[in-house]
Amino acid sequence: MGDHLFEFLLRQGDNTLILSHRISEWCGHAPIIEEDIALANIALDLLGQTQMWLGLAVEVEGAGRSADDLAMLRDAWDFRNAILVERPNGNFGQTMMRQFLFDAYHVELLSKLVSSADERIAAIAAKSLKEVEYHVERSASTVIALGDGSEESHARMQAALDDQWTFAGEFFETDAGDHALRDAGISPLPSDLRAGFNARAMAVLGDATLVIPETTFAHSGGRSGKHHSEHLGHLLTQMQWLQRAYPGATW
Amino acid sequence: MSDQDTSPRTEWPLWEIFIRGQHGMSHRHVGSLHAPDAEMAIKNARDVYTRRNEGVSIWVVEADKITASSPSDKGPMYEPSQSKVYRHPTFFDIPDDVGAM
Amino acid sequence: MYAQMVKSENTDSGPELDAFQARIDAGEKIEPKDWMPAGYRKTLIRQISQHAHSEIVGQLPEGNWITRAPTLERKAILLAKVQDEAGHGLYLYCAAETLGVSRDELTEMLLDGRMKYSSIFNYPTLTWADIGAIGWLVDGAAIMNQVPLQRTSYGPYARAMVRICKEESFHQRQGYDIMMKMAQGSEAQKRMAQDALNRYWYPSLMMFGPSDKESVHSAQSMKWRIKINSNDELRQKFVDQTVPQAEYLGLTVPDDNLRPNPETGHYEFSEPDWTEFFEVLNGNGPCNKERLEARNKAWDDGQWVRDGMMAHARKKAARAAASKVAAE
Repeated sequence: MGDHLFEFLLRQGDNTLILSHRISEWCGHAPIIEEDIALANIALDLLGQTQMWLGLAVEVEGAGRSADDLAMLRDAWDFRNAILVERPNGNFGQTMMRQFLFDAYHVELLSKLVSSADERIAAIAAKSLKEVEYHVERSASTVIALGDGSEESHARMQAALDDQWTFAGEFFETDAGDHALRDAGISPLPSDLRAGFNARAMAVLGDATLVIPETTFAHSGGRSGKHHSEHLGHLLTQMQWLQRAYPGATW
Repeated sequence: MSDQDTSPRTEWPLWEIFIRGQHGMSHRHVGSLHAPDAEMAIKNARDVYTRRNEGVSIWVVEADKITASSPSDKGPMYEPSQSKVYRHPTFFDIPDDVGAM
Repeated sequence: MYAQMVKSENTDSGPELDAFQARIDAGEKIEPKDWMPAGYRKTLIRQISQHAHSEIVGQLPEGNWITRAPTLERKAILLAKVQDEAGHGLYLYCAAETLGVSRDELTEMLLDGRMKYSSIFNYPTLTWADIGAIGWLVDGAAIMNQVPLQRTSYGPYARAMVRICKEESFHQRQGYDIMMKMAQGSEAQKRMAQDALNRYWYPSLMMFGPSDKESVHSAQSMKWRIKINSNDELRQKFVDQTVPQAEYLGLTVPDDNLRPNPETGHYEFSEPDWTEFFEVLNGNGPCNKERLEARNKAWDDGQWVRDGMMAHARKKAARAAASKVAAE
């Protein structure tokens, strides 16, 4: 169970860590100051959640590592985030579409985790849920506005959805560890979150006048760690640069 | 809406932001920001003006929709109330023996 | 300062001007709808927007290290700080907008080079210690100017400065905190810290602008209370405050002429290279091109987003109006 739990915590913390990192790349480069500030808020929330998830992960592991060690000293194959969140930002529309797809999944997950049998997980979920309920509200309204906006913005949002939809499926991939955790009352089965996600996605993307691609294919490999995209390694070269270049230094 | 509103390149309107800092207080003007509509103005206000937990309730008003008194009215509008000092509690001397009032 | 070399104009005269000056002398605040001389308005627009542009461009050198911050906590702090700068730019643009210009107009003037931003943000951030040096020196210099500006004569500007000063209080401390860790760290970290001080010392001194003796605009601006202290006065104060902080860190200020003068109670120090300063202002700093290119790219790439969201807002309003008509 310990291994499953550790894996679960890495999946949470790595999703929030890597997505936060990607969003933080927008700082100073967003389409308008108000959006710049809003994106930074999301990145900060996710970074705070990362510290909680990875903090609990190292506590569960009990090997004397810190959350920073997990973030800064693991190589790509040890990361457990879904591939969607490590993909480059693309344009603002692609970033907001990715955000919405993640938020729509995230809010489903957290609203179940608040009643986890593990009180530590329930506490992190409760704090995160308050933040993520706002994230999904904001990303949904931005996706709707851009989808239902000008001809150009509509076309760009449809392209973003076409590009990303098959990556969202990975969130609902379910393995033996997930079953074990579900049986212990710790976390829901990812596959059980799909219906809630679909309902929200259909409503929001419908309001955005966007068409969900007709495919049941789902990319995978990040959550299991079997194979990430090539993008993750490049992300890590930046994120881990100082810790790798100056081992043992205190910052 | 005026004709020029159909131009695709229009700056997002300016909104004035009012925030209730604590329960029981009035909304107070904290600043302004740009947003395409009222709902986004509320969201932007949350992100811009409550980054340090400053608020419990937000009002947004499109800046164009505010009617303001003109500075030349300042005398006639406000000075009469300055002479009505009896509207202020400190105008009245209440003996200490009466207790708090 | 964040607003350097702001040209002031005074073209009005007459009884209105006298009454206006009397209000300022009495410490009254001027509000947007009040009468004001055209020169006051123009000078303020220039000064406030230059300050706003500096905040926005100032996101870039520090933003350059957000994705490379060494720990999760450092990353969060830096991101929050750079985000604050975006917020401060926003407050200041809004203050400028009360004077009758739009933010889009101001933005376009920044992007095509008609308006300036502080010289300091044209210097590169090459190591993590630069992030410490910027917080410590650049924010330290900025605060010196911004604290008195809370008492400036124009109401919206003063209120923006109050908010900014309140939020900035942690910025300088976080910079110094980074410098302490570096100065107490490994040999490589110490070297980085000293190198950052070497590179940022004189550009920080330049932030206050050239000597008042050469600044023809200062007198009018001070009369209007949109400039509170002289450039030299603030620069001296900055040196006096910063040198002991550098000593505490065990770092050497890169100035052989630096010495305390027991008679004046102030440090004597070397002037920065003003030729370099004017070159940087004229576009020849190490990073001018990159900074303006980055801002132009963000603005151009964002056009479809701003337009798209506006188009949706109009559609929504039209739909709401139509359904109201239908209901009646």
